[in-house]
Amino acid sequence: MENKYENIVVFIEQRDGEIQKVALEIIGKARELAEKLNCKVIGALIGYNIKAKAQDVIAYGADEVAVVDNKLLEHYATEPYTKAVVKVIETLKPDIALYGATAIGRDLAPRVSGRIPTGLTADCTKLEIEEGTNALLMTRPAFGGNLMATIISTGPRPQMATVRAGVMKAMKRDDSRKGEIIEIDAGLTDADMNVKILEVVKGENKSVDISEAKILVSGGRGIGKKENLSMLRELADELGGEVSVSRALADAGYAEKALQVGQTGKTVHPNLYVACGISGAIQHLAGMEDSDFIIAINKDNTAPIFDVADLGIVGDLTKIVPKLTEAIKKYKAENAVK
Amino acid sequence: MKIIVCMKQVPDTTEVRIDPVTNTLIRDGVPSIINPDDKAGLEAALTIKEQVGGTVTVVSMGPPQADVALREALAMGADEAYLITDRKFGGADTIATSYTISSAIKMLDYDLIIAGRQAIDGDTAQVGPQIAESLGLPQVSYVERIEKIEEDKITVRRQFEDRYQIVEVKLPCLITTLSELNEPRYMSVAGIFGAYREKEVKKVTFEEMKEYVSEERLGLKGSCTKVKQSFPKQAKGKGTVHEVSEDEAVEIIMAKLIEKNLI
Ligand SMILES: Cc1cc2nc3c(=O)[nH]c(=O)nc-3n(C[C@H](O)[C@H](O)[C@H](O)COP(=O)(O)OP(=O)(O)OC[C@H]3O[C@@H](n4cnc5c(N)ncnc54)[C@H](O)[C@@H]3O)c2cc1C
Repeated sequence: MENKYENIVVFIEQRDGEIQKVALEIIGKARELAEKLNCKVIGALIGYNIKAKAQDVIAYGADEVAVVDNKLLEHYATEPYTKAVVKVIETLKPDIALYGATAIGRDLAPRVSGRIPTGLTADCTKLEIEEGTNALLMTRPAFGGNLMATIISTGPRPQMATVRAGVMKAMKRDDSRKGEIIEIDAGLTDADMNVKILEVVKGENKSVDISEAKILVSGGRGIGKKENLSMLRELADELGGEVSVSRALADAGYAEKALQVGQTGKTVHPNLYVACGISGAIQHLAGMEDSDFIIAINKDNTAPIFDVADLGIVGDLTKIVPKLTEAIKKYKAENAVK
Repeated sequence: MKIIVCMKQVPDTTEVRIDPVTNTLIRDGVPSIINPDDKAGLEAALTIKEQVGGTVTVVSMGPPQADVALREALAMGADEAYLITDRKFGGADTIATSYTISSAIKMLDYDLIIAGRQAIDGDTAQVGPQIAESLGLPQVSYVERIEKIEEDKITVRRQFEDRYQIVEVKLPCLITTLSELNEPRYMSVAGIFGAYREKEVKKVTFEEMKEYVSEERLGLKGSCTKVKQSFPKQAKGKGTVHEVSEDEAVEIIMAKLIEKNLI
């Protein structure tokens, strides 16, 4: 009497047993969709020695967690993970399956889609349920962010999408939430490990995650020289934020790639984004347009960044930024004594 | 070593604009280029060929105009080029595209398949892994460096957000490459001459493939997703722009930061 194809499965990406924020963001979104569909959200937690983390997934909004725990899943490799996810899908028969649009999700999800086979929509920034049909509407940028497209799945179930990190909002952790934990045996054997991972090298210094920053002071080629990054740093410190950059600076080696905002960098949506010497190329805008409040400082009054800025200042950033930092310092000092 | 490189011709998306009246892409006058991740894949293939010998075959699915991109690949040094083209293949999503390309590849001989990680027009990163799945090959995507190439295996550096893996994989396999992998070479004059005079771009149409494919899995019909609607990104209400002295600028910014409770 099993009802076919219901519920939402969310792939819970973890690295070294640490659940990635993108997975919790998607759980948050899936929760909203599940209210509309009146169904359950099920986390698919796949890894090695991972079962203990299932309660975290529930605390963030999942109703159930399907766990596939196996030594072969210790490090990410395409085939064992694909087999595990396909097994979860075959067992649970979800109506929707969602993945993070990350270096893992974008390797795994297409492989799963090929095996089922069914459709997959990449890098979604918006997910909705269509009134009447209950179909999943998957909206994503295309043509370098010039165009948005809303896609529907016309293939076999589940409807599948990868979702960009930093776009959906995770729910507040609630440890009182309860849910069932289902263990699934994917029948993995050594033969499934068809690649040999010789070495895993983790980033030396864990860099700041700009996609989580509430305030960003962002520099572009207009800062002129690398040393001027320090004036952005000082402003960011005064504001309690972080520094990010355009691709021009990342490419020039002024800053690490992880700090790049945009289509090929990170999507950010801070409360405040201060764009200093950034022209506002479409690929840059794609990553920061959804910031709550955008201030742009640029000496060219025709720069496209002014089209998205809430407050635009035409002028020389090397003069304005230090003055602004001073003004904030002064303001804070005055308000502290009051 | 027999290497196949999968390649797509794409509009240079930096030059694409939206027509504000019709809300459609203005492609007129927009140059077409070899997709950057794919070009890095081609460069990697040519380098491997120089190191260990072999052949480099490029395959591309697309409209007849994609011939130009394949000629460019030949001029860079590829040995053979196939253009998979037919009206029946049109309107394909990634599942139908990868089915078509992998079916064509089944007609060829290979040890290693290289695809770009993603194309700049669609940005999906799906076709490479889906081809690997169709062919039943192991895959390593997001390759940022080729460490070693041996007779029966390849060792690559696979990028993640916070780490990399050094992965060894037996041939035949498929890897997807990042544009950071290398600086693609330019076409040589002799290469350009050869690409148009001596070498040819072989067309693979439905006719050639019909024994290998089921028609309902091709093109629009074979697609598992459909574009319901497309629209230009909504610009939010324009803010204010001030051309004032530096001190006034600072005052204006301060007023806003205070108003918005940001300091
Ligand atoms: C496939 C693809 C993907 C891309 N992905 C990204 C991406 O993810 N992120 C990204 O940022 N870019 C991306 N780009 C690049 C993008 O197209 C632009 O080239 C880049 O964003 C430009 O960086 P910029 O604004 O810092 O530099 P520029 O465009 O050179 O702008 C510098 C600006 O600084 C201003 N300026 C100069 N001096 C001063 C001064 N003293 N005071 C104030 N203003 C000053 C100038 O007026 C100018 O507007 C991508 C491109 C492609 C083709």
